[in-house]
Amino acid sequence: MIPVRLSTFWYNLGQGLKNIWRNKLFSLASIATMTACIFLFGVFYSLGTNFEALVRAAEEGVSVTVFFDQGISQEQIDAIGEAIGKRAEVSDYHFVSADEAWEYYKSEYFKGKEEAAESFAGDNPLANSANYEIYLNDISMQQELVAYLEGLDGVREVHQSEVAAQTLADFNRLIGYIFTGVILILIAVAVFLINNTVTVGIAVRKEEIAIMKLIGAKDKFVRAPFVVEGVSIGLIGSVIPLVLLFFMYQSIVGYVAERFKFIGGIISFIPVEQVFVVLIPVSLLLGVGIGYVGSRMTLKKHLKV
Amino acid sequence: MIQLEHVSKAYQQGVPALNDINIHIEQGEFVFIMGRSGSGKSTLIKLLLKELEPTEGEIYIDGQRLSKITHKKVPDFRRNIGVVFQNYRLLQDRNIYDNVAFAMKVIERPNREIKKRVPLMLSLVGLAAKYRSLPQHLSGGEQQRVAIARALVNEPKILLADEPTGNLDDFNTGEILRLLEEINERGTTVVVVTHDKEIVKRMNKRVITIKKGVVVGDGKWGDTREA
Repeated sequence: MIPVRLSTFWYNLGQGLKNIWRNKLFSLASIATMTACIFLFGVFYSLGTNFEALVRAAEEGVSVTVFFDQGISQEQIDAIGEAIGKRAEVSDYHFVSADEAWEYYKSEYFKGKEEAAESFAGDNPLANSANYEIYLNDISMQQELVAYLEGLDGVREVHQSEVAAQTLADFNRLIGYIFTGVILILIAVAVFLINNTVTVGIAVRKEEIAIMKLIGAKDKFVRAPFVVEGVSIGLIGSVIPLVLLFFMYQSIVGYVAERFKFIGGIISFIPVEQVFVVLIPVSLLLGVGIGYVGSRMTLKKHLKV
Repeated sequence: MIQLEHVSKAYQQGVPALNDINIHIEQGEFVFIMGRSGSGKSTLIKLLLKELEPTEGEIYIDGQRLSKITHKKVPDFRRNIGVVFQNYRLLQDRNIYDNVAFAMKVIERPNREIKKRVPLMLSLVGLAAKYRSLPQHLSGGEQQRVAIARALVNEPKILLADEPTGNLDDFNTGEILRLLEEINERGTTVVVVTHDKEIVKRMNKRVITIKKGVVVGDGKWGDTREA
């Protein structure tokens, strides 16, 4: 890389910023579009990460339960457990004996009516309900696992929460598609507007560029202010939405937690720092990248130096 | 210093703008290239600045064969030639100091050198006191002197002036010609392209006359066949 003289760097930086000022309207339109683009990206990202956490929590909560044939031996139960443990989609599984199942049932459904439960003393109505509770690391693999479990010897029944699993997996996928689509459209619009802004900048400075070339300015020197212009628009257009999103995220999370206290038990929001530690570098990179690509494309097309 | 060997240039329409031109200009010479509008003068300037490529022939400037200069090396080549235009082509949003400094900035000269050279050049063209003025507040002659200062600030070996007095009255024309002569006396090769016979007569320098793309005369005014 050729070293750039400090005075040249400041000169080109100044000229690039002057270009933005000279084409105020176009620059504003580009910054606004970039802001919208990064803002939506941030909104989708924040929603996405929170939803992903929700799905993950749900995945941890949604289990598949395997019941055994009557009179099955402990060795056979252990063999089934071993087979379950070897599956890649299984994150965790544990054995629940018939007694444990009854204890849990009593604590859940006979709360406050302990005397009613006592009437079953010495008799476990869930004697045939020993099972394996299985938790998945990928909810979309549930059907496959269930089919496998149903094929195992000694398995009487497999319970699953099919609807919850499928809905979560489908919704997760839908969010992903919408997110990608919207971002792609916005990136295209942002690149187009930066293209226009830089094209106008070139037209306004046509005479200056012609003189520069005749005096002996190098290609990179002629192009640099326009690249600075594009990158600056990208940078401004990503800093504004980041600041907005930071405060909005905090306020919304605070508001929801305060106003709808019952939600706290169901959903826990990801802390703002955890979201922004990824969102800040990605957004800045996206903004600067779009600005750079947009201006370079225009220079290639309109500035033959 | 400048050598054109059998240079022809035809545009797409096929009519040659220049036809088999042979010119040799020595270092330190003061030469007029004279011709009417449409004679091929502008094409010749563009060829000398490597804005255009000849259809045929070769051009050598300061020992460099222009056809061998790559696109990347064109800026370095152009730094040896200062150019002055009829309509001055000054940047209207900058004062005259910045207009002259601009020529040094675009070739990435250091600031300390710019601060030293620009006042010197403005003094040479007699405009040191007006360094803060905007071009539109100067007379045509003054604007042309700023353009000359800008062309010379990078110390080019050749000064190429395209109709430098075309927009000026008699007095300012005389002033500009005197300035160009002074620059030439300092060692710079000066090539003035003009259609004005009066200034050519007044200066009594070498004149190369072009008519319909062909050189029809070369010598001092009065000695040339076509003059």
